Amino acid sequence: MPSLKEFRNRIASVKSTRKITSAMKMVAASKLRRAQMQAEQSQPYAKRMAAMLARLASNINIGAHLPVLIAGTGKADVHLLVVVTSDRGLCGGFNGSISRLARQKIRELRGEGKQVKLLCVGRKGRDALKREFADDIVHSFEGLGRKGLAFDEAAQVSQYILDLLDNGGFDVCTVLYNQFKSVIAQEPVAQQMIPLSVETPASEGAKEETPAETEEKSGPVAIYEFEPGEEEILASLLPRNLSVQIFRALLDSAAGEQAARMTAMDNATRNAGDMINSLTLRYNRARQAYITKELIEIISGAEAV
Amino acid sequence: MSDAAETTAHSMTEDGNAAAFQFEMVSPEKILVSEKVTMVTIPGEAGDFGVLARHAPLLSSLRPGLVTVTPAEGEVMRFFVAGGFADVCDNHCAVLAEQATDIAEFDRAELEEKLRNLQDDLAFAKDDTMKTLQVNREIALAKARIEALDLAA
Repeated sequence: MPSLKEFRNRIASVKSTRKITSAMKMVAASKLRRAQMQAEQSQPYAKRMAAMLARLASNINIGAHLPVLIAGTGKADVHLLVVVTSDRGLCGGFNGSISRLARQKIRELRGEGKQVKLLCVGRKGRDALKREFADDIVHSFEGLGRKGLAFDEAAQVSQYILDLLDNGGFDVCTVLYNQFKSVIAQEPVAQQMIPLSVETPASEGAKEETPAETEEKSGPVAIYEFEPGEEEILASLLPRNLSVQIFRALLDSAAGEQAARMTAMDNATRNAGDMINSLTLRYNRARQAYITKELIEIISGAEAV
Repeated sequence: MSDAAETTAHSMTEDGNAAAFQFEMVSPEKILVSEKVTMVTIPGEAGDFGVLARHAPLLSSLRPGLVTVTPAEGEVMRFFVAGGFADVCDNHCAVLAEQATDIAEFDRAELEEKLRNLQDDLAFAKDDTMKTLQVNREIALAKARIEALDLAA
């Protein structure tokens, strides 16, 4: 049985841990609110962009020379996986689930005889994958979105990807990130960015049914004028679209990170509370035992006289 | 542009006032403007153009320049955009701006200072082609900003 002093020390240390975790929870909650707001505000742009892309694609004749970003390189030998994680830990299974998905993907692709390259966004993902796949990591970005995510930072990532594509670094690009479902649920997803998955021209670039798109479909097809021309606009729109998609993934991931941290810290705070309760109980019991023992000693001492 | 003139002819309502239409300006980070306007001028890649109500459907990419918004009610707003796209359809106009700043936030002295710094950078970056390209882009942008400021004044 530990001494009373040891009990007191442990209770004090768990109490200060609880203070830290509950403060972290509070910070995460306020950061989450900000991240969610940012994600919301980026929606209109992404939606308009998707609608515009759909409109453009339906206007381009199929025979035209399509840009690499849609058509791909014609091969699927080298895969680039962009792994989006957070820079900081203490957010539950948030980063673990992404690196697990990444590992699984890598094995799958390797099994098919493909070559895999990794681009890590966020320190935790790089650290987790470095042990096993150090030679496959082509680059890693860190410290993005420290003061709220700026679009420029997403553009930086997409520029790197585009440069790599220009140099023939890969054929297929997939982004792995945590999709923000709700405050308690983040789902790791793999979204293919290059080439854009094309089924029908109308669904191009817009995976989700955006309201603008459905509107577009039902409404009368207007004859558009393009300035300077369809293909020129498409050529400048596609890299933009990539940045927007990546921006969206990063925003989702940032919101998810805070949500995961909030949940994790809430659990930790509750656990600390439970631990304090049980420790206090044991402390009191030990103290009572000590008092009883002293009393017995006094009484039996008195009887002996 | 010709279509601006063309739309003027039938963009008046019966009482002679200019008809209003919905205009939106969004950047990746937020919505800057979303309201009823009577006219917008936009710096298109192939030349500036004005949009009035019932403009023909048009998709254009933008060059750095000044977007002037005349709302149905209230003051004229001027924004500098660093590029982007404009989408006009169904009596609705949307500008997807790369970077959009209210022109009132610009400070001429600061901009000129920045331009000078960039020109110094250019001299330093002589041997580095990538760097030169980037600095040149930034110089073009800084010049466009000053130009926009002149235009707005």
